[in-house]
Amino acid sequence: MIKRVLFALVTVWVAITLNFLLFRTLPGNAVSALYVEDLAHGNLGNSLTTEGPVWDEIKPALKNTLPMIMLGTGFSIIFGILAGVIASWRRGTWVDRGNMWVSLAFYSMPPQWLGLMLFFFVATAVGLPQSGLSSPDLGVLSEPSFAAYWSDRLQHMILPALTLGLVLYGDYTLIVRSAMLETLGEDYVLTARAKGLSNWSIVWKHGLRNALLPIVTLVALSLGFIIGGTFTIEYVFSYPGVGYETVQAIDRRDYPVLQGIFLLLTMSVILFNLIADLLYFKLDPRVTS
Amino acid sequence: MSLDQPLQSAEGLELGTTPEDAAGLGSGRRPSFIRQAVITQPQAIVGLAVLGFFVLVALVGPALLSQDPKTKVGPVFGHPSAEWPLGLDGGGANMIPLLIAGARVSLEVGFLAALVAMFIGGSVGLASGFFGGRIDTVLMRFTDYILVIPDIPLMVMAAALFGRSLRNIIIIIGIIYWTSTARLIRAQVLSVRERVYVKRSRSLGAGNNRLIFKHILPQVAPLLIANMVLMVALAIFAETFIAFLGLGDPSAISWGKLIENAFTDHAVLNDAWWAILWPGVCVTLVILACTMVGQSMEDALNPRLRVGHLSVNRFRVRVLPRKPPKP
Repeated sequence: MIKRVLFALVTVWVAITLNFLLFRTLPGNAVSALYVEDLAHGNLGNSLTTEGPVWDEIKPALKNTLPMIMLGTGFSIIFGILAGVIASWRRGTWVDRGNMWVSLAFYSMPPQWLGLMLFFFVATAVGLPQSGLSSPDLGVLSEPSFAAYWSDRLQHMILPALTLGLVLYGDYTLIVRSAMLETLGEDYVLTARAKGLSNWSIVWKHGLRNALLPIVTLVALSLGFIIGGTFTIEYVFSYPGVGYETVQAIDRRDYPVLQGIFLLLTMSVILFNLIADLLYFKLDPRVTS
Repeated sequence: MSLDQPLQSAEGLELGTTPEDAAGLGSGRRPSFIRQAVITQPQAIVGLAVLGFFVLVALVGPALLSQDPKTKVGPVFGHPSAEWPLGLDGGGANMIPLLIAGARVSLEVGFLAALVAMFIGGSVGLASGFFGGRIDTVLMRFTDYILVIPDIPLMVMAAALFGRSLRNIIIIIGIIYWTSTARLIRAQVLSVRERVYVKRSRSLGAGNNRLIFKHILPQVAPLLIANMVLMVALAIFAETFIAFLGLGDPSAISWGKLIENAFTDHAVLNDAWWAILWPGVCVTLVILACTMVGQSMEDALNPRLRVGHLSVNRFRVRVLPRKPPKP
């Protein structure tokens, strides 16, 4: 356990070094040698455009991104597990094959493209707002009620979250399906069948609970992909989150902001991997190292 | 699968699992095993056909174009019509030649970046697995650290700093995606290294180079190729990403660049879905094809994935792998 934490700490160190070296190569040495010392004081530097601290740029963006990511990821985890389990249960049937094709297709689509397709073909048809964080006319005349404010926010969140969710859905379904297939081939599943347990109980209690182990790790690993996906998705929908902020920083060549975002994202991915690792101990009593 | 060759496929199935069989057959049998595995799966045939079509377009297509694909032939975002079946882009250029030119650049990036990743990952995996000991520890530690760092943000940062030329983008994608290959190859080398025929040739005096390139590499090659096919998909995906964020090569027309161009030319305001739809369809088809081919190759190498005790039909307890077991 201590080993895992140590590993995470060293990875953070590698990431900081990488971050430092990458930006150090810039002409004009945009990064000072005191970078690490500044970081230790929680100082990410100042933005080149607003000249304010980088953290002040990132913080509001992060607040917008988190609910969107959670909505999209939650959607994909629930539907991914459902579809994956059903596909592995009925493997080889048309349900499995159809589901495979759908998930493979979603998995193969560039997120920005899927987002734009939803933009063209779904948004106008359903009447969802297509861009921004909230409607500009909301709260102009009077303070909007709590419910009105959040329903507006939610409506703006649906398309980006759905895009993310659909891309991830493909990924998760395939992961769950193959993890389930591995599990259903185990001898204890054969034993469970021989004992005359119902299919339902075999699939959910013996199958899924054991298949959860690889799923947890892979979902944690996909966090890097989720974050990458938000870059382009938020750009498409002009959703002012971390991804949108990144694109803006790239456009303005605001390297301190880029650096800060990269560090933040890397650290959160490392943290989630650590959590997944620790969760592993809880989920699987056989693992004891 | 065809019933007239059960024996050969049974051998093929065993090839990857028992060292004695692997030792008994020359490396010449390996490709036929892969071919057989791929040909017996319908999804792999479809994937190969799609991939073949796009490769053909990429190789032959640009030579057939009579003029620069960016030439203005009609109104900005002209509707699809009889004259321009797929419509016009934001510069009034015909989408079809643009897509053909894009096929070459996108596939080039995909294959070359995958090649870079294969080379680095394959070398690291081979060295790590074969030599073991301290080399293994150092290399795998390093791989693990890089593996955890999220690839897309790292790639975007690197492209923002060094990108904007096709060559740099290929190198950046290749350098970032080698880690999973290294792990995969290392695991395989570890098992191949311990097989009897390798030990036998070592005791006959074969040197490290001979062992690696004559005995181990051929056994690992199918896995490497399967991984490479999947990597091509990943690299093409990554390229659309980099291009969409405006970090692509400004002079090269790739599918990702076409999507980005249409987006920045306000295709959305013009309701010009066709300028975005088709490049994306091409990307999706190629990635889908690569995934199908790569996965069926991997499935063939790991037959366990097809076994399950919970039967679909109620009266069969266990679904056997489709290939008949060894007689």
